[in-house]
Amino acid sequence: MSGATVLAAVAQVYTGDTAWMLIATALVLMMTPALGLFYAGLVRSKNTLNTFMMCVAAIAVAMVTWAAIGYSLAFDGDGSLVGGLGNAFLNGVDFAPRTGMTIPELVFFAFQATFCIITVALVSGAVVERMRFGPFLVFAALWSVLVYAVLAHWAFGGGWLQAGGTLDFAGGVPVEMGSGFSALAAALVVGARKDYGRQAMLPHNAMFVLLGAGLLWFGWFGFNGGSGFSTGNASVLAFTNTLLTPACTLIVWFALDLIRGRKVTAIGAATAIVVGCVAITPAGGFISPGWAMLLGALAALPSYAIIVWRTRTRVDETLDVLAAHGLAGFTGILFIGFFAEAAWNGVSDGLFYGNAAQLGHQALAAVAAPAYAFAATFVLLKLIGLVMPLRASEHDEAIGMDVTQHGEEAYVTGEGAILIAPETDAEPELPVPQPA
Amino acid sequence: MKLVIGIVRPEKANDVLESLYRAEVRGVSISRVQGHGGELNRVETYRGTTVQMGLSEKVRFEIAVSDEFVQPTVDALCEGARTGDVGDGKIFVVPLEQAVRIRTGDTDMGAVTPVDK
Repeated sequence: MSGATVLAAVAQVYTGDTAWMLIATALVLMMTPALGLFYAGLVRSKNTLNTFMMCVAAIAVAMVTWAAIGYSLAFDGDGSLVGGLGNAFLNGVDFAPRTGMTIPELVFFAFQATFCIITVALVSGAVVERMRFGPFLVFAALWSVLVYAVLAHWAFGGGWLQAGGTLDFAGGVPVEMGSGFSALAAALVVGARKDYGRQAMLPHNAMFVLLGAGLLWFGWFGFNGGSGFSTGNASVLAFTNTLLTPACTLIVWFALDLIRGRKVTAIGAATAIVVGCVAITPAGGFISPGWAMLLGALAALPSYAIIVWRTRTRVDETLDVLAAHGLAGFTGILFIGFFAEAAWNGVSDGLFYGNAAQLGHQALAAVAAPAYAFAATFVLLKLIGLVMPLRASEHDEAIGMDVTQHGEEAYVTGEGAILIAPETDAEPELPVPQPA
Repeated sequence: MKLVIGIVRPEKANDVLESLYRAEVRGVSISRVQGHGGELNRVETYRGTTVQMGLSEKVRFEIAVSDEFVQPTVDALCEGARTGDVGDGKIFVVPLEQAVRIRTGDTDMGAVTPVDK
């Protein structure tokens, strides 16, 4: 490549767009620890650290698999089902922008990496409190490539859905439906917690849940606002819609809580924030602010219904990833088919504006993505289960995953803790009798 | 009258409550306690500091019963709390001098008999 072409390529980078995308990337990365907080608050205190650690593990594992192969499979070339290996191990990913973009591909890579990370973390919500940590690491690595990267290629990387005309602004297909329906499969393969349906297993810290939801919402401005890859109109529209939609979801959720239990609940509100953010994720840059508000209101209904119904079943999809992400993403994807408006998005109209075909494209994605996510995750976990046990023993599950998986406790008092001298491996003398 | 004290695993506390309920033993107090009863110590590590946790979390049941309820109560505690591993806990039965129900001033047998409403 001559020096002139390098200059020409670099010249297409806009500093304003790049600055925003750097910040947006950091915002989305923050969503994963925020999710850790949200999830950790929802579990029992003895599983706090393990639940959070699954999110930390997602950052570690998915970042590496994304750099190694995931990014390439998602974004190298426009193969129908899956991309190529040309960008494996960041080959060719440098300061030059991708075709039609105004930010260095390195930033694009990093931004997309944070999406893969949080999606892996989302799936953990289905299996917390009983899945062993080791098998989860293996699952996270394989799932991020075999499920996430494939779905990302379909929706974002020029795969068959995107080529066929499906609109997905920020990840209704790979992130939301991908995680939600995979979570259902994971819950079915791993099985219910041993006391599920027999004992009440309550959220141990509602403040964590609220704080986590608030931080997720904050991060979601990078998630949706960055998915225009610029500071252009689509990003601005998605950003503002990310404010409007969850607010409307909250109000409807309050109303549903009032009708059902006569009280507005805090954990319900935290859930509603997530549901609203998820619903606007696919639609953010495609629908007007007015329709975004209607979407927020509508999205509350199916997700609320599934959460109420699911707890009466034997399916221990523990933290309701299917309801909050799978179903809300499904609602958002379909909503685009009705209310997309070329006057706002410059791309396509929906059924309501005279383009019925768009609804067809959206419906196709709303069937294909859940089907692939569910089937692939089901088979993947069954196969991992053949090699290593997925679950902790009943004994370990009863004691709690923090002590049995990590050898730590979230709320340790230190009473009765005897320091073991760090320098020696000798058994310390104990002031207490040992069992014979 | 006896005071039955059962010290059990926290994760079995719900099972104990269930079996007490089935044995028609009503009126319990529970508290979270820490103790050591010869079980193996857990080793935990916090940023390079390795410690042996000499005390385990337990739940302590206190149940005041009339004499004929002592055995059913002990049986229910055993049934609910047993896993078969070291650390299942202990039951102590101690004589009880007096019991008073504060609301009515009922004493002894009257005080440890649950009110059916």
